Amino acid sequence: MEYFHSVRLDWSRCKGCTNCIKRCPTEAIRVREGKAYIIQERCIDCGECIRVCPNHAKTAVGDSLEELSAYQYNIALPAPSFVSQFAPRASLEQTLGSLISLGFDAIFEVALAAEIVSKAARRYLDNYRGKRPLISPACPAVVGLIQVRFPSLLDQLLPLATPMDVAARLAKREGVAASGLPPEAVGTFFISPCPAKITAARQRRNGLAGPDGVIPMRDIYGDVLQNLKSAAPYPSRAGAGGYGWGHSGGEKKCIGGPHLLEVDGINQVIDVLTMIEAGYLQDIDYLEMQACPGGCVGGALMVTNPYVARMRLRELTSRIGPRPEELPEAGDSLKPYSYLPRPALRLDPDLATALEKMHQVEATDKMLPGLDCGACGAPSCRAFAEDVVRGEAQDIDCIIVLRERVRVVAEEVVELARKLPVSMARPERGNDKDEAE
Amino acid sequence: MKRNSKQPLEIVIPIKMKDFKAGGDGAARIKQVLQKIGFPPDIIRRVAIAAYEAEMNIVINSLGGEIKATVSTDVITIIARDYGPGIPDIELAMQEGYSTAPREIQEMGFGAGMGLPNIRRCADRMTVESKQGQGTTITIEIYNR
Repeated sequence: MEYFHSVRLDWSRCKGCTNCIKRCPTEAIRVREGKAYIIQERCIDCGECIRVCPNHAKTAVGDSLEELSAYQYNIALPAPSFVSQFAPRASLEQTLGSLISLGFDAIFEVALAAEIVSKAARRYLDNYRGKRPLISPACPAVVGLIQVRFPSLLDQLLPLATPMDVAARLAKREGVAASGLPPEAVGTFFISPCPAKITAARQRRNGLAGPDGVIPMRDIYGDVLQNLKSAAPYPSRAGAGGYGWGHSGGEKKCIGGPHLLEVDGINQVIDVLTMIEAGYLQDIDYLEMQACPGGCVGGALMVTNPYVARMRLRELTSRIGPRPEELPEAGDSLKPYSYLPRPALRLDPDLATALEKMHQVEATDKMLPGLDCGACGAPSCRAFAEDVVRGEAQDIDCIIVLRERVRVVAEEVVELARKLPVSMARPERGNDKDEAE
Repeated sequence: MKRNSKQPLEIVIPIKMKDFKAGGDGAARIKQVLQKIGFPPDIIRRVAIAAYEAEMNIVINSLGGEIKATVSTDVITIIARDYGPGIPDIELAMQEGYSTAPREIQEMGFGAGMGLPNIRRCADRMTVESKQGQGTTITIEIYNR
């Protein structure tokens, strides 16, 4: 299967260091020939590598404002976290208005869709009697992580569309009504805090609609900033609850009720998913999970520090009501995707062959130093052992194994250097029985 | 395939008593191995639950021991062996909610008396052998079919 990924390597900037390979939660990066390649099947677009790369060589590719020209009527779908980047320089309405100055005709706040999703989620939870806890599908990096590393938990994903998709579907409907144009002439563009959302929008499945394009927040930050002061205010329709989805704990609060837990940061998410897979936390009804520290305000494509952004978002939304005055009719916009496992980690499609390969991995792993130094280009000795068995590396790519090999050869060379042709050899000490005779 | 492909894979993980920080690492490692071999998600989940409960049993109730996973294509066997007080009444211990864990451990969220019942729910076969004052061996089999 082909996977589109928004996370890419900027060749000219990559120095071939090993910072990113160690941070990747799915061990999807290898350094080869001095560059950090991404293994496409494994990447979940969480953006950890973007965050950690000291050379800014990992980037995210999305759509640009030029794509707007493909449509006659364009609607911006700013993520709830979007406004956090510009406060306190401008009001909520003015920040939204600055998107209009970039060429959009209308704005549909994803925060408004988040309110619709929250309401539907609350209703779903009230009637749910199945395996607990249910897990939020809102963060696509978390969904990707579950597909790759925790596939047995896929049936615990809340079966509702994400606020981004709901916003895209409702915005299209409103755009068609407002412009009188056919749906294909109306463009919907999500303004994204992270690469995972870009990828999620591109990987349309089951023919269900999402946004027509995704513009990385970072790419338009400067343009928005420039227009901030002069922009005409654009009315906001969402409430503080929907905007709360922009930071960790906000989704939980907006859905409301007891036994809801929020987890943020990819390693904490892995920890908690491990516990759930082992049968724990069944007293929790719902898990809000976000791969980025602090939630979407900590997205890898954001500019402002996540903690500052969270504070700004709270300040900004404290001036609006907790709930919007009226919610658009959801219709069938909440229809979810069904997510399939991504068995990207297995050693072989055939179980018996894979088992045999695992034997070899265990044996190879024992020969390795356990330093996890990364000099071989793999994130750990264990991952390197798997690469060797998969035929993607050879054991002497390990500098410690190589050094040991060199030592053995060097000793042999020294040994050989001592030898003389038999014609020139002199008897050593001469106390051998044969010689004594 | 190579000649020894029929040979099961063995993973042995030593477990320390009262090591709550590392508790669960053994089960996580077994899970990773099974996932890389490519067992179906529901089999992996059952093994993950059983191995985790067996591991935490050793951490909480014994003086230490080991978890051994034996993996072949059609059966996964977990043997959890510990040195410890042993289980005086196995039948009682198999009942939900029965626990001898001290209160401070129960307050940490462990020792709710669901360990052995949870293992039994996940296992296709399960045996518990225990000698008082010597230790306990739990054998769990999960079939891949």
